[in-house]
Amino acid sequence: MTSANKRSGRLVHFFFSGVIRLYMAGKQLLKCELSFPYDEKYVQIVESIVKTKKGYRCVRCGNENQQLFASFPCARCKRICTYCRKCVMMGRCSECNPLVIWTGPIPSTFFSSPLKWSGKLSPAQQLASDEVCHAIDRNDSLLVWAVCGAGKTEVLFAGINLALSHGKRVCIAAPRTDVVLELAPRLASVFPSVDMAALYGGSEDRGKLASLTVATTHQLLRYCRAFDVMIVDEVDAFPYSADPMLSYAVERARKPTSSLIYLTATPNEQWRYEVKSGKRKAVMIPARYHRHPLPVPTFEWCGNWQKKWRKKRLPSCVVRWINEHVERRKQAFLFVPHIDFLQQAVPHLQQFHPHIEGVHAEDPKRKEKVLAFRRGHIPILVTTTILERGVTVPNIDVAVLGAEQPIFTESALVQIAGRVGRSAQHPTGDIRFFHFGKTKAMLKAKRHIVRMNEEARKRGLLDE
Amino acid sequence: MKCVICHNDWMPKMSFSIFLTLRQEDVCCPRCRARFIRLEGNRCERCSRLTDQVVCEDCIAWEKRKSVLKQNVSVYMYNDWMKEVMNRFKFRGDYALIEAFRQDVRAVFSKHFSSDVCLVPIPLSPSRLAERGFNQAEAIASLLPSPMIFGLQRIDDEKQSKKKRRERFTGRKFCLTGENVAEKRIVIVDDIYTTGATVHEAAKLLYDAGACEICSFTLIRS
Repeated sequence: MTSANKRSGRLVHFFFSGVIRLYMAGKQLLKCELSFPYDEKYVQIVESIVKTKKGYRCVRCGNENQQLFASFPCARCKRICTYCRKCVMMGRCSECNPLVIWTGPIPSTFFSSPLKWSGKLSPAQQLASDEVCHAIDRNDSLLVWAVCGAGKTEVLFAGINLALSHGKRVCIAAPRTDVVLELAPRLASVFPSVDMAALYGGSEDRGKLASLTVATTHQLLRYCRAFDVMIVDEVDAFPYSADPMLSYAVERARKPTSSLIYLTATPNEQWRYEVKSGKRKAVMIPARYHRHPLPVPTFEWCGNWQKKWRKKRLPSCVVRWINEHVERRKQAFLFVPHIDFLQQAVPHLQQFHPHIEGVHAEDPKRKEKVLAFRRGHIPILVTTTILERGVTVPNIDVAVLGAEQPIFTESALVQIAGRVGRSAQHPTGDIRFFHFGKTKAMLKAKRHIVRMNEEARKRGLLDE
Repeated sequence: MKCVICHNDWMPKMSFSIFLTLRQEDVCCPRCRARFIRLEGNRCERCSRLTDQVVCEDCIAWEKRKSVLKQNVSVYMYNDWMKEVMNRFKFRGDYALIEAFRQDVRAVFSKHFSSDVCLVPIPLSPSRLAERGFNQAEAIASLLPSPMIFGLQRIDDEKQSKKKRRERFTGRKFCLTGENVAEKRIVIVDDIYTTGATVHEAAKLLYDAGACEICSFTLIRS
């Protein structure tokens, strides 16, 4: 009787530990999130908030900004308890709520050549793809510097294939949910046999540890030493560039020996210097897959547009540009610096054409409006910098009003210019920067594009 | 200054009143502030709901059921922004957000109540309290100058927001703790007044225990 009990007990234990292992492997979770008993053998329990010389530090997100710590009368520990406000949306890290970090083994799954893709890479893509494979094989880090529209995702396929057939876990992290939602189905279609997880705020795959993970950088805060290959898309994009928490999360989520691959179209100055001096390994794709040069922006002085706007008037060159596009029925993006200006300007612009619309980050109808633009229902879409990347619509023009504003950095302007001429059918287009005095960022952006074209020409990657 | 909600830096407008008076600077930026909507204008005089009637239909129904709650006062309207902020405050546990409500809560409270009333925050069940780490009603009550009495105790464990309208009215949620409430003027404090079932039940219990005048004060009226 007792032995039977013992056996069933062991069986239950075995079953639970299996499930828990699957759930906990590669994770760092808050103790209050775990409603089941866990095997102390395979976990390490650490304080989530530690005291340092400067004050407090959050172990999960690396936050050391003292303004982002707060305290409250905690009912659990009956004391005044300090917590981190920076990562509170992922569950509260407080003094009485430690982190449970998995230290046990992480099971790995081997696939034999799971890639099902028949496309062909361009010579420049092939070169980059080989470099990626090489870096993954040797657990190295690599920067893939590819112009907008070069076909960065395809460059990764061979590398991911290699990693999966070696039983490695791969994570592709992107700063924004939109990118994750676009990337996940694309990868699922070329790796049909691989278990995949798409992680973002409110996703159904939460808590899954799959062989191939596509995640927003925020979600990586739940992982610790979990991935053999970490690919970070759009490293220069907001919020990754502005928030040290996200690079901390990336570092923490990957294994100590793992490969780290960055993808970007516009690396910052420091990185470009490191590439130039050979401190950082990089591979460049200076031309688009369709072998046409990048369209180069033109500058047009529009006077003090903000002063004019106070009298509800727009500069005459901008009005001309809008009229031209409405008449020729050529779709265009008009980028503006601020939400406030956008909200005032859209009703005014609707006098030119009633279907002109505006979108910004907090717009609840953002998705619908972008979709309507794609379908051709909106002649001109006025937008803030949120649409600077990711959105690909064939045959459009782009203009920036107030290109001298500080929000339009070099990388933002390069990305904006990168919206034009994406498809092989319409590889050209007009990029206009309406400005009140050229800035360094504008000049640098233009120089950046011109240089990329020169580089591509030198390597024979263009048909002209 | 750093906004307590969006963490962005913003510049307060400098004026003499900042130097010359004790007026506290707002803790959240004008953009976040503008998205909270305070209840103003035509409201039901019993429950603060925005309506053109003097007393709304729900309150007439409560009267027929002989409810002892004299009045409910609320500060903000429920909108998507409020939902987002409350989600972060209550469910993610970002306690510091309470500071964003301090000024308005105190202003509205002192307009309707004298400070010699006693506050009774709506309690949480022990398991929920352990999960959240704090009681949101108590947090709101702690902004106010009046003393608190913990006169109630939770019996059921189900979240009110997970129940249907019908279910909210049936079944008991509270019992008394035995704290003396007799002959006291009571203001029940909670985060949100939706159907009013919670507050009215609490009012009945406190009335039976001898409290003489019972009102309620909630952060939000949805």
